[in-house]
Amino acid sequence: MTKSSPFRHAWILVLIVAVLAPMLVSSYNLNLLGRFLSMAILAVGIVLIWGEAGILTLGQGVFFGLGGYSIAMYLKLSTLPEGSLPDFMEWSGVMALPWFWWPFKSGLLALLAIILVPAVFAGIFAWAMFRRRIAGVYFALITQAVALTFATLLTSQQSTTGGYNGLTGFTEAFGMPLGTDQANRTLYWITLAVLVAVFAGSKWLMATRYGTLLRATRDGENRVRFLGYNTTPYKVVAFMLAAVFASLGGALFTLHAGVVSPAFVGVVPSIEMIVWVAVGGRKSLWGAVAGALIVNFAKDIISSALPEAWLYVLGLIFILVVTYLPNGLAGLVEDLLAKSRRPAAPEGALVEEGK
Amino acid sequence: MLDGALLAGQVFNGFSVASLFVLAALGLALSFGLMRVINMAHGEMLMLGGYLAYLTYLIVPGPLAILVAMPVAFLGAALLGGILEITVIRKLSARPLDTLLATWGVSLILQQGARSIFGPIGVGVTAPDWLNTGFTLAGVYFPSTRIFILAVAVIVLVALGLLIARTRLGLLVRAVNQDRMMAAASGINVRRVDLAVFCLGTGIAGLAGVVLSLLGPVTPSVGQSYIIPAFLVVVMGGLGSMVGTTIAAIILGLVSALSQIFVDVSMSQVLMLLAVILFLQFRPQGVIATRSRALED
Amino acid sequence: MNTSSISAIALAMAFGFTTAAQAEDSVNVGVLQSLSGTMAISEVTVKNAEVMAIDEINAAGGVMGHQIKAVVEDGASDPAIFAQKATKLIQNDDVATVFGGWTSASRKAMLPVFEREKALLWYPVQFEGNECSSNIMYSGAQPNQQLLPAYDWAKAEGYKSFFLLGSDYVFPRTANLIAKKHIAKDGLKLAGEEYVPLGGTDFSAVISKIRAAKPDVIFNTLNGDSNVSFFKQMAAAGMTPEKMPVMSFSIAEQEAKAMGPSLVEGSYATWNYFQSLDTPANQKFVADYQSKFGANAAITDPMVHGYLDVYAWKAAVEKAGSFDPDAVRKAAVGLDFDTPLGEAHFAANQSLVQTAYVGQLDKDGQFQILWTSDAPIEPNPYDPVAFPGKTCNPVTN
Repeated sequence: MTKSSPFRHAWILVLIVAVLAPMLVSSYNLNLLGRFLSMAILAVGIVLIWGEAGILTLGQGVFFGLGGYSIAMYLKLSTLPEGSLPDFMEWSGVMALPWFWWPFKSGLLALLAIILVPAVFAGIFAWAMFRRRIAGVYFALITQAVALTFATLLTSQQSTTGGYNGLTGFTEAFGMPLGTDQANRTLYWITLAVLVAVFAGSKWLMATRYGTLLRATRDGENRVRFLGYNTTPYKVVAFMLAAVFASLGGALFTLHAGVVSPAFVGVVPSIEMIVWVAVGGRKSLWGAVAGALIVNFAKDIISSALPEAWLYVLGLIFILVVTYLPNGLAGLVEDLLAKSRRPAAPEGALVEEGK
Repeated sequence: MLDGALLAGQVFNGFSVASLFVLAALGLALSFGLMRVINMAHGEMLMLGGYLAYLTYLIVPGPLAILVAMPVAFLGAALLGGILEITVIRKLSARPLDTLLATWGVSLILQQGARSIFGPIGVGVTAPDWLNTGFTLAGVYFPSTRIFILAVAVIVLVALGLLIARTRLGLLVRAVNQDRMMAAASGINVRRVDLAVFCLGTGIAGLAGVVLSLLGPVTPSVGQSYIIPAFLVVVMGGLGSMVGTTIAAIILGLVSALSQIFVDVSMSQVLMLLAVILFLQFRPQGVIATRSRALED
Repeated sequence: MNTSSISAIALAMAFGFTTAAQAEDSVNVGVLQSLSGTMAISEVTVKNAEVMAIDEINAAGGVMGHQIKAVVEDGASDPAIFAQKATKLIQNDDVATVFGGWTSASRKAMLPVFEREKALLWYPVQFEGNECSSNIMYSGAQPNQQLLPAYDWAKAEGYKSFFLLGSDYVFPRTANLIAKKHIAKDGLKLAGEEYVPLGGTDFSAVISKIRAAKPDVIFNTLNGDSNVSFFKQMAAAGMTPEKMPVMSFSIAEQEAKAMGPSLVEGSYATWNYFQSLDTPANQKFVADYQSKFGANAAITDPMVHGYLDVYAWKAAVEKAGSFDPDAVRKAAVGLDFDTPLGEAHFAANQSLVQTAYVGQLDKDGQFQILWTSDAPIEPNPYDPVAFPGKTCNPVTN
């Protein structure tokens, strides 16, 4: 990845503006920005698994949902009087709290669950798949079926999951009343901090030997195997990291949006997550963050003004970006910067990817 | 509560569901086997077939309209498939994952297009009276529509089998399937074979759309309800194998129908996915492995 | 809203906005329905009815001398977007009230926003009850105004064995829970209970189960397109509505027309409004709507409730002499106003008092009214048989 000297320190400026955003924009727009930054955390994970490891997953909504539901279950229980049940359980005739709700009485365990539940689930699933060398299109299609199934399951288990309605009606989190300007600001800064941590951690990890091997696996898995490496663990870890990032994003999104429901989990939202990264640039961390923000702000503006047009725009952007800009906006920017400094780099680095 | 008639009925239903899965998945499997690409807009070819059936009914009403609708839908979907192959898929031929994503964009646009043209509410195709009957055998009711769809699936399979085994096009397809480079080197126009197979595959999806219209409404999103089971059938069937696709469709159809004796539809979807994942643990290459993929990425 | 936190830019924008609004002497109200996504089919028609009511009111001089400006937003069939747009309408557009929502998921997601912002939502669709927020006016039917009248009618018809079939979401599950409790209490028979995922198209197994269970009547809470698949596959299985009575709770005129009336001819539905309702007020409403949106436009129960919500709000504002949401909701309770349904009023639990009708679909996709409840039914969000001991905190003036 090329470093361009004039822009090497631009991130400092971006970070300063981001930290000061609560002073600069209205509380409604701050809430929007908070939501989209939560999505950007997930997008960073997609760069790891898709951009760096070359594994396309169409099921990130599942992990987004696991994080969202984990925090939502805690928020639901934390404000309940001792001995009573969430309202939807009472209507469904549930008499006692189901076992998988128990840990979420504790805020600490809920926070742990946000990380551990997706990690364990992703680990088992990815190990089962990669161990049998299921990859490429096969893997993408199976993850898509997992997204559909998980959404269907959440909807059908209404008495214990809230069903199609999902979970909502949160009043406070960890003793802080939600929905106030103070809470919005705090949540925003927490989201920004998590994003920065995830971003920096990923950047560091990809510069290590692990990152090199992951990219080598992407570009020629058999060659790496013949060198004596077992590639499965590398891919499993990348998938787990992407899952944990998605879950963190989902938990923070749920705090900003005040609701989590199967609508965030299914097939279409999961592919939209890929769209953010495709637009921003699948091999670039900052590209993914920018993509998540750009696509979501565009969606907010276009779908308000012309609800009919949004799906045309989304479909067309996706076709064009994937066909002509496989490295997204980040690739475009890097090409332009490279061109301004030296003759164009040879093309074709991408053609080798996942035949 | 498990009585014989219900069980027998569900076995029949399983085959009935399997016949839909076969029709929806065959085209996908064909082009996947040949070109290694998955067309996410395949569901919209079903949708197109359904709408073409609807339009045919408007122009030529009558009891035999469905028989007119089938070739119309086949040709219409094949034509759209051809356009899609030339404009999008060919450009991405070396990047299967990107093809999948780009065709998803196409799928969105086609759905929204149908919404703009036909409205978001589904249109109805009325089944002709000769299909609105049925008979009872050993306590099980066999609706004519379901038998008709089974028959269509069998005819399509047989015709396709003959086409691959006996015709010149079939010969070319087998050649490209075995070794694309060698086929190209010996003068076969590989691109043209790709195009022909892709059109054939989308045409079959168009046919599937016509028979679906006998069972439900034709809506802009009708393809979406069948496409994911069809993907699972392709994954489970093995690399584009016709026999594998058929066997996988029957297995999944039976899993879906038989599990519904005990659980609801949502849970039967979960069981279907688990069946596929479990199956792949034992046979990651699918029902029929046409060749070893061990050294291919 | 805590103004101290708003930046100078936002303040300037807000200030610019209020001055513009005062110049036109208009008051903003929000209209928040799904204009895209799976729910757009149904919700766009409600939006049309709500905007039509606002236009009519403006043409007649507005509310307390103010013109009403509809700020229309798209909920995109996504509960999180509903919550987000509700916040936007209240904070950025400074709306006096909001009309909107369809699914319970959208209402549940908006509820905390309206409670926090102390604003008022008018919700026009029949739902499963088990909720009463003082920040929502519920004009759609409670279960005891739609489900239970249908059940009473079925009992009177002599049906003793019930098969409950629904889409897999909150309304069908809760409605069926209530129905099951009543069936058990009355010593009748529950022949079966099945759910199909939203948008589900394969009914082969469900129909086999219905055939095996041989119920007297099916209570159908399927949603949207699933209904077409269900009735088609029933017809193919030789079980037409004449042979196997079906009472539907989500099929209105629009759905019947789209499905092809011949498919559902002879099946039943229970609503608080039918397009065929023979009153001068309704005939005028139907004529006005059709002159605007096409002579073939179907008029449904939720549309009429969206329409009458706007008039209820107008009447309450004028009675309260204020646009303040709290004053408006208190003024609305017990206040009579004219609607296409006839004169109506909200009960102290902020739900509408209304009559239930059972209709049978004819070959044109219209309902022939077979049965009318004895009197307008007082709404009760918590069915005493299914949820004993639960009540709302009613408005006390």
